[in-house]
Amino acid sequence: MIAALRRLWETDPRRDPNTLTYTLLVAAAIVVPIVAAASGSSYLIGQIADAGVFVLLAIGLNVVVGFAGLLDLGYAAFFAIGAYVYAELASPYLEAMGIHGGIHLPFWLLLFVGMFVAAGFGALLGAPTLRLRGDYLAIVTLGFGEIVPRVVRNLGPLTNGVNGISAVDPPEMPVWLSGPWSGDPLKIVTDLKVGDPVGYYLIMAVLVAVCVVLVNNLQRSRIGRAWMAVREDEVAAAAMGVNTVRIKLLAFAIGASLSGFGGAFYASKLSYVSPDTFSFLVSVTILVMVVLGGMGNIPGVIVGSLVIYYILYNFLPDLPGYVTAIANSLGATGILQQSGDWPGLGEEVSRLKFLVFGLILVATMLLRPQGLMPSRVREQELQKGTHEDTTIEDVTAATTGVG
Amino acid sequence: MERPIAAPRATPIRLRGLVSSRVVNTIVLVLVAVVGVLVIARIWHRGPGYFAQILVYGVANGSIYALIAIGYTMVYGIIELINFAHGDVFTLGGFVALALLPMFGVKEGQPTSAVILPLLITLVVSMLFCGGVNVLIERIAYRPLRHAPRLAPLITAVGMSFTLEGIMFLWRGPFFLHFPDLLPRARIVLGPDTTIGAKELTVIGVAVVLTIVLSLFVERSKLGKAMRATAQDRDAAQLMGIDINTTIALTFFIGAALAGAGGVVFGLYFNSLSFDLGFSAGLFAFTAAVLGGIGNIYGAAIGGLLIGMVQSFSDGYFDSTWTQVVIFAVLILVLVFRPTGILGMRVPEK
Repeated sequence: MIAALRRLWETDPRRDPNTLTYTLLVAAAIVVPIVAAASGSSYLIGQIADAGVFVLLAIGLNVVVGFAGLLDLGYAAFFAIGAYVYAELASPYLEAMGIHGGIHLPFWLLLFVGMFVAAGFGALLGAPTLRLRGDYLAIVTLGFGEIVPRVVRNLGPLTNGVNGISAVDPPEMPVWLSGPWSGDPLKIVTDLKVGDPVGYYLIMAVLVAVCVVLVNNLQRSRIGRAWMAVREDEVAAAAMGVNTVRIKLLAFAIGASLSGFGGAFYASKLSYVSPDTFSFLVSVTILVMVVLGGMGNIPGVIVGSLVIYYILYNFLPDLPGYVTAIANSLGATGILQQSGDWPGLGEEVSRLKFLVFGLILVATMLLRPQGLMPSRVREQELQKGTHEDTTIEDVTAATTGVG
Repeated sequence: MERPIAAPRATPIRLRGLVSSRVVNTIVLVLVAVVGVLVIARIWHRGPGYFAQILVYGVANGSIYALIAIGYTMVYGIIELINFAHGDVFTLGGFVALALLPMFGVKEGQPTSAVILPLLITLVVSMLFCGGVNVLIERIAYRPLRHAPRLAPLITAVGMSFTLEGIMFLWRGPFFLHFPDLLPRARIVLGPDTTIGAKELTVIGVAVVLTIVLSLFVERSKLGKAMRATAQDRDAAQLMGIDINTTIALTFFIGAALAGAGGVVFGLYFNSLSFDLGFSAGLFAFTAAVLGGIGNIYGAAIGGLLIGMVQSFSDGYFDSTWTQVVIFAVLILVLVFRPTGILGMRVPEK
């Protein structure tokens, strides 16, 4: 009786941190734009929409690294491919190649074109290389991640080299929303100018939500279980009849497709693409988001990507401002001025950027090696140490946690 | 550290169920053949003197990569961690030397005899300093995570790389720094159009001497034996009374000392340093380590030489903007056809 009650308490969805996180995230996704719109701060909404792109990327990389256990260090390559596919096919740039007015395909079509092209490249890279053991695969993906931006940079006439492609088309609402039949009931949506941050934000929120649902379902499917089996023990998985090469290739292609999807959206949002946007640093940043958030656990990955995005793109750039303000309020104006070797406090703090980010990474990993919100199954494995110690209760708890 | 496990050679890759392996192999071979013919045509066109000259540059370049790659491969061999901070330890070596040289009153234009002793002292001090820093990094960022999930230390390694770059950035700022040009400019004529300078000889000499000393140490000394044992099976080594922590720290120390020497030599050779140099150098060196078969010291040396030569041939005969693409394309091709690198042995899955 008591045991049954205890089990009920332990499996109560309200005590599940994942449910809690999803609830908070959805609430925040609804509340924040309303508050921001009321206070007239469209900059914040734009920032959140940008963060959404990284959330998409992190979810995609989580499929590769977290579910299938393949270390991908060149993930930004697929991001670049998606972005460039969109930029080539939805901008006036191709006019230079003799096509009058360039090509302007619709946004919603190109999202999927970018996705499939990226997935194709993922399969192309993965097919010959996925037999490599863990870290050899990592280095091959790293190489691919370095090759793609280089090639883009060097293919001057086709991609405009270092200068990148600008004046990329902004997204439009889908035809079925903006068509002639869309009368008054949809007025809010049709009146929405997509150029403004709220429009981007809405599209982004919907895309992220759809991807979360899809990836969650994938994780619980036969494929998801096969990924986990491959991750834990490839030899045993193969012995159980899992076609390991195919299942790994699938993870790779799905990860790449999400990256291409995000890339296409990013290109339309920025309205500009350049090869420098897709360096190794981006691949590492996304990997950090996944590992720091908690590999294999989607809400954890979302939280991780939001935290890292905030640190990298908001906190660190604003840090010199904060410190200068504090120094001003303390009356220590002397250290603000530049003198001799001392470049002034603000400048000095902005030089600290690398150091601070590095120390944050080291400190968080040391404090929580399993990530901020680890997957429950993995957490149990970690706490129990080895598989031999795992009892039947642990297994039931673990399986109910994942579903 | 080799893993002396007798095992069958790596079987060639087969793409069962996807594309017929014969079709893929034929396509790739035809591509390689076409590229090969193009390369040979170019080399023929420029004559043998130019070829030999490029070869000299390539070996010098590759010696530096070899010095960095050996540290990568040792650390990977012993704890299976891609130590991303290693490339920055290499830069740190150059920075330390840059700070030390003025202390000895060394200036450009002094005769070689006056410079040689301070240079040697600088080299040794830089090596010791880098070794110490790397041991510290291991103690702070990797040792507490030895039983953590596999990717956790990878992220702290990235964090440490940023930290080191940040420190060097704070120290000397974001600019290219001039490293004093101390080596004599004399060049020995090897043949028509081919010369080798004192700089190249120094770089190659330092790399060769350090590699030989290291391999003797690993193969002959008791500590080297402990390192090999730890690399093979950490638990068993511990049961045999080997102090694992000391051995791993020693590995980090030696690897970093070589990288530090590489940094000093890089400064002497190219006369220029910048705080983010270690990023791309580390990437190439890691590529070299993988190319040679990761965990294998000779493999790393050969891989480093190979990467250096690919780089200078691509720079010398083709367009230098494509060099990076060429290097990574070679890497991918080698790994596809020889999945464990040139000297790597097939290690059974654990």
